[in-house]
Amino acid sequence: MTLLLYRIDDRLIHGQVVVGWGQPLGLKFIVLVDDTVAESDWEQELYRMGVPPEMEVFFLSTADAIKALSTYQSDKRPGLLLTGDIATMRKLVDGGGATIPTVNVGGIHSKPGRSQKMRYVFLTPEEEHELRELATRGPIVTAQDVPSARPVPLSDLLEGDES
Amino acid sequence: MTEEKPATAPAPRAIVAGHGDFAAGLISAVQQITGRGDQLVPVAVQKLSVADIEALLREKMVAAGVNVIFTDLQAGSCTMASRRILRGMDDAVLIAGANLPTLLDFVFAEGKSPSDAARHAAERGRAAISVHGAGA
Repeated sequence: MTLLLYRIDDRLIHGQVVVGWGQPLGLKFIVLVDDTVAESDWEQELYRMGVPPEMEVFFLSTADAIKALSTYQSDKRPGLLLTGDIATMRKLVDGGGATIPTVNVGGIHSKPGRSQKMRYVFLTPEEEHELRELATRGPIVTAQDVPSARPVPLSDLLEGDES
Repeated sequence: MTEEKPATAPAPRAIVAGHGDFAAGLISAVQQITGRGDQLVPVAVQKLSVADIEALLREKMVAAGVNVIFTDLQAGSCTMASRRILRGMDDAVLIAGANLPTLLDFVFAEGKSPSDAARHAAERGRAAISVHGAGA
């Protein structure tokens, strides 16, 4: 096994991740890459309490995640890597620590400046550009909130075609 | 012939928040069973970021004047947001993993303080889960 999913989700650890993906994939660990959370014991405790005891959570800064990515990819257990935004995922892809084959856009929610692309994806023009740039680096980028949903290709995502 | 006074809705006593239509569905059931659904304020958060969920829950709590939050899932976004809110409110209570028996107990516990009622309701909800059949 290895890292089975590289997910962008601004809610970080929440029900869809722990239960929706966690159960069918049999996840044993989550690598949460977020510079703010990596510096806060309180934030880490908050997220750790949301996962079952058999699921390990590693909290890493972006810089540390780039260095450690290949180590987590060679872990024999099934795992998931999580970032809260596109920019962080792009840094991991560009960091050269290891190849990231796919990127799952799992949830980027509404806020001022963003327009709705899908039920669970809202993007600013800059974020649209960043997603396109991310895809040119190699990973196959799709949107998919839960395993039972169809993976929506990036081109459809950007056109707002969820069908 | 006396004029019938319109019933006044009781003051809200708690927020209910969770995935999908969890809150509205449970409160609908509470209303159907007890007629006391007005004690509970539903919050749906489908399109919101965690920060916006937190802001919305704070806004609803202030507007309703309540300090009790029921949520559906320990790992859920509403639970995460509520725990952030609790960090700055010593008198607030969060009950994660709430079910219908939890809320039914809560709406009948009007004699207790909201926080005591919430704790009692949590125990009642936990104890109300049973398994039947198939050699259980």
